Amino acid sequence: MPKNYIAKRIAKEFKDGMYVNLGIGIPTESANYIPEGTHVYLQTENGGLMFGPKPQRGESNPDIANAGAEPITMLPGGAVFDVATSFAMIRGGHIDMTVVGALEVDQEGSIASWKIPGKLLTGMGGAMDLLYGCKEVIVAMTHTDKYGKAKIRKKCTLPLTAAGVADLIITDKAVFRVNKDGLYLEELAPGVTASEVKQLTEAEIVNIKEWE
Amino acid sequence: MAMQITPEEAVKKIKNKSSVMIGGFLGAAVPLVMIDKMVAEKIKDLTVISIGAGYRGGGVDIGKLVLNRQIAKYITAHVGTDPNLIKQIVNQEIELELSPMGTFVERVRAGGAGLGAVVTPVGIGTEVEDMAEKIIIDEKEYLLFKPIHADVAIIKAFRSDSLGNLQYKGMSNTNPIMATAADIVIAEVDEIVEVGEINCEAIGTPGIFVDYIVQGHTYEERKEIYEALWISTNKL
Repeated sequence: MPKNYIAKRIAKEFKDGMYVNLGIGIPTESANYIPEGTHVYLQTENGGLMFGPKPQRGESNPDIANAGAEPITMLPGGAVFDVATSFAMIRGGHIDMTVVGALEVDQEGSIASWKIPGKLLTGMGGAMDLLYGCKEVIVAMTHTDKYGKAKIRKKCTLPLTAAGVADLIITDKAVFRVNKDGLYLEELAPGVTASEVKQLTEAEIVNIKEWE
Repeated sequence: MAMQITPEEAVKKIKNKSSVMIGGFLGAAVPLVMIDKMVAEKIKDLTVISIGAGYRGGGVDIGKLVLNRQIAKYITAHVGTDPNLIKQIVNQEIELELSPMGTFVERVRAGGAGLGAVVTPVGIGTEVEDMAEKIIIDEKEYLLFKPIHADVAIIKAFRSDSLGNLQYKGMSNTNPIMATAADIVIAEVDEIVEVGEINCEAIGTPGIFVDYIVQGHTYEERKEIYEALWISTNKL
């Protein structure tokens, strides 16, 4: 698997002029691979539009940070604002695309990412608003969990972050499109076979026969 | 009109069992000096209202109130950055009230703007349905949340004039919203200037919302504090 495969693959989804909100982790990394000539306007839910890379030491601004309170820079033309304005952008349908991580996603496009009863408690943060409001939702995650268990399921077993919202799923093994009638395999990662994907995916893959 | 007071005087406005809104976003643009004073005064059984917990890892800014066990209830959208807070919630030492982040913000806005509720589609089809009342408007399902209002809000702005007009720098995040939603609003600022020095177009929060102004760290001091924090946590 090429290094940073998922992040690089996400970047292929960026189209010129898009307003995009990237979740923490791999989705954020994808900003490093935005194709040349493509201008993507990155939004951060704590109140920034058109932010750039992190600053040099000594040049940071204590009030210019991303949603993880990490230092960033603002690009020329960028704007800063309060969180009500930020979520008006998000919930109000003004953001073209969001890319999020997930614990599970299912063939109906439901996403679980905020809670494992008895184990993980973080709160939903801005994820529910993003998944509800953004025009296109991409889930980017490893294909299986650390125990090798399928994360793409017939039905999510964990508490949902949002029901029926995912459009595209990008993993280290494959890319799937979530249509109304189910999950479609669109692409295999380099060196991965359809039978391997079938075996590692609990969800039904509508068009798997075409790949086998 | 706002009154300039010392942090020591300001912290006396916060009593045991007070509900306190704290501006900022996961550690950024938070009122650091006022939080330190709340810790020093050991004010107990607080209901803390903030959009998320403190800086990642805990023990910084709001995380100090957690370490000092001063919080009885926490109203927020996200606690994932502070393991100490999660531990106290799991041990039922702190009661947790969650709402999605955009909903949380609108609840505070409603609390400050005289509105009776927030009605949002976010959370439909999830456990959030159990946290609110479901209503139908034009055949579409929504969740109805109550507004949030606090006894005291402590917020962070760049500077203030003596009327309490506030100017922000960078992401103002939750600060201008919380400035509207408490009985007593204390603004911690980097500098205090004469009336007229902040151009009317640069005022982010009009002084009508602000009761007390407190001189916090200067901008240069905050820059040093945050650079050190970011370097020590490999973010810069």
